[in-house]
Amino acid sequence: MSILIDERTTFIIQGITGREAVSMTRECLDYGSKLVGGVTPGRGGRGVHGVPVYDTVKEITSQQRVDGSVLTVPPAFVRDAAFEAIENGIKLLVIVTERIPRGEVAQVCEHARMHGARLIGPNCLGLISPGKSKMGGIGGAAVKRAYTPGHIGVMSRSGGMTTEISNTLTAAGFGQSTAVSIGGDAIIGSTYAELMPLFEADPETEAIVIYSEPGGPMEAQLAEYVRATKSRLPVVAFMAGKFMDAMPGMRFGHAGTIVEGRADTAAEKIARMQDAGISVAEAIQDIPEIVRSRLNGKGA
Amino acid sequence: MAASGSGMFIRCEVDEPAASDAAIAKQLASVCPVDIYADDSGRVRIVDSNLDECILCGLCLEVGPAGAVRVLKLYDGGRLLERPAAAGA
Amino acid sequence: MRFYEFEAKTLLGMSGVPVSKGGTALTADDAARIAGEVGGDVVLKSQVLSGGRMKAGGIKFASAAEEARTAAEQILALEIGGQRPRCVLVESKQPVKKEYYAGVIYDALAKLPVAIFSDLGGIDIEQVAETHPGHVARVHFSTFSPFPEFKMKELVASLGISGGELNALTRIMSQLAQAFLRYGLTLAEINPLAQLDDGSIIALDSHLDMEEEARDGQAALLARLGIGREETRLARPPTPFEIRGAEVDASDHRGVAGRVVEFDGTLGCVIGAGGGSLTIFDAIRKFGGDPANYCEIGGNPSVKKAAELTKLILSKPGVGKICVIMNVVSNTRVDIVARGVVKGVIEAGYDPAEKIAIFRIPGSWEDEGFKILEKYGVEYCDRSVPMSEAARRAVEKMRKAKGEPEVVA
Repeated sequence: MSILIDERTTFIIQGITGREAVSMTRECLDYGSKLVGGVTPGRGGRGVHGVPVYDTVKEITSQQRVDGSVLTVPPAFVRDAAFEAIENGIKLLVIVTERIPRGEVAQVCEHARMHGARLIGPNCLGLISPGKSKMGGIGGAAVKRAYTPGHIGVMSRSGGMTTEISNTLTAAGFGQSTAVSIGGDAIIGSTYAELMPLFEADPETEAIVIYSEPGGPMEAQLAEYVRATKSRLPVVAFMAGKFMDAMPGMRFGHAGTIVEGRADTAAEKIARMQDAGISVAEAIQDIPEIVRSRLNGKGA
Repeated sequence: MAASGSGMFIRCEVDEPAASDAAIAKQLASVCPVDIYADDSGRVRIVDSNLDECILCGLCLEVGPAGAVRVLKLYDGGRLLERPAAAGA
Repeated sequence: MRFYEFEAKTLLGMSGVPVSKGGTALTADDAARIAGEVGGDVVLKSQVLSGGRMKAGGIKFASAAEEARTAAEQILALEIGGQRPRCVLVESKQPVKKEYYAGVIYDALAKLPVAIFSDLGGIDIEQVAETHPGHVARVHFSTFSPFPEFKMKELVASLGISGGELNALTRIMSQLAQAFLRYGLTLAEINPLAQLDDGSIIALDSHLDMEEEARDGQAALLARLGIGREETRLARPPTPFEIRGAEVDASDHRGVAGRVVEFDGTLGCVIGAGGGSLTIFDAIRKFGGDPANYCEIGGNPSVKKAAELTKLILSKPGVGKICVIMNVVSNTRVDIVARGVVKGVIEAGYDPAEKIAIFRIPGSWEDEGFKILEKYGVEYCDRSVPMSEAARRAVEKMRKAKGEPEVVA
């Protein structure tokens, strides 16, 4: 099995005629994803690699079941596009766009919550259940080299590192159940801890690997989740951005990496995660071996 | 006179009579995503400063008679770009 | 982006929050004039983007114009945390009876803004929360209109405050929270929020932050405050090298090749993207490397943009070699980055084989990219070589070039 998406998942792309969206469309189709339509206002009636383009989401949802939508519209249009998807009954939104003001992300989150929709991103590359479906640009055209079906759940605040880590796992013989690029912003729709129960409920998933960064309370929340639920899933984390601890207030990497409190430095997060029994890898290439030993019950 | 130009990595060549065909000049200018071809009053002009931006999409090779437009990879012994782009990951 | 106190107070004033009478001065003469206009005792505050001004001597009191002139002279000459003051804020000094704290931030877990109130103002709120948790109250509120003012009332009342004070504090909390939403802020603090001897309540100091992402939508506000695009307002002002990096990035809309941060070292870094750059930078430092810069390449930058960034890095005095490392790329093209970097090195007058310590970018169009690197004799590696191993090789080459002995990390 997998989480969030599988071979039956139908989805659309909002902003399908954009430069990056056109390649994304090709890649998703090539991967076998059920991409059933796209929306770009004013471009209705055209096609992108055979995928019909509409002016409104409603034109698609009124005809068929649509499980998800990938949003790749410019920052100023994301909030309205998200509302359009949510109010037309779409339950899984993947927002690829970056540079959306935090207040607007909060509004989209609030709106999604009111309608029972799940949000992945913003500022993410999407998600993939290898061998079944991919939603978004994750993995690019060479997706099959990096991702293979298997039993590791991957969650990452960096889109690129989702692929780097999955590629390392694949090379070591560990496939992935689902890999989720959760997004690099300060507020994201689904945090590690919010996705954990889904992996927990997936009988195929046997371990979790995460990529984490300084800034924000998400790693502490995951540590608390692991401690409180005594999760059956061993969790292995990689923490990037250790050098930032010595340079508070400077901005490196994603918008969400700015250290705003005392608890969100790399060092503090590593300590918290280790306290909760999460293994922290020193280098990406060490991850497979740690996963192997955790699966063999050798502890953190 | 044929149009041609070389960058550090990419060379483009357009033979006669295609290079002075107004329809071809217009099409090349519109099809290239990185503006290597300009329509210079009905003639093809190669914009040298954009040559190395070529993304090997091969769209220009579909314009005009077969073989009249050529893209050469100077970093690969002058190998001709085929259509559609054979490279990739 | 942090606002100076005087800017924050302008913004608060626009939102209805009472602030002290006064103005900003660029010279000691101006300060004396403002002090005279304000009348009575004044406080002079250095306008720098850092805390600890009182301790550093950046806040002084004066009771006459002449005294204000002397104080302003000292403040304007005083560097605090490496920053020269932008100006000096001269305000009427107020007799304070009690100090409160009012703040609004986003709670990334609740994904909602949260208003924070304390009746122990004037000190760091994180410290109060640790030592006197019973004196800090919080309430989440919706990002949608109409604004729920009653929540601010409940917040203030939860600390046992009632009467006219409750109503005045509720109004200020509501004004602050609405300013937070309206102006795209990520932090809005009034600390201290003071009750004066006459019972009125005013903002004595304020810290407001706006994120980069909100700047486009707040162009009118920023223009009104006179804050230009070039003002990054990070922990330190940008260096000329960093400003040139931003110019390279802005020169072409295709992809990202920027976010350059200058360091002291000799190993130039052409690295990306958001997460990959952090991972690579850590690895370089772990192996004892001395990076000359941080940067981020992502999206799909043009060849020209990647070349210009490379040239900029090579132009920095002391840079011996550059390393080009990224995670497995999905949409950024290996061949385009390879062309850009090689071109940049050649245009700067160097041999790519010698200047590029290592090129490790696997992923889309890598076959084409590797052909380019082979032609120019550049050492490259594919996805079988970890990012940190590539960083180690680069550091090692740099060390050998400098004639330093090998170090086992």
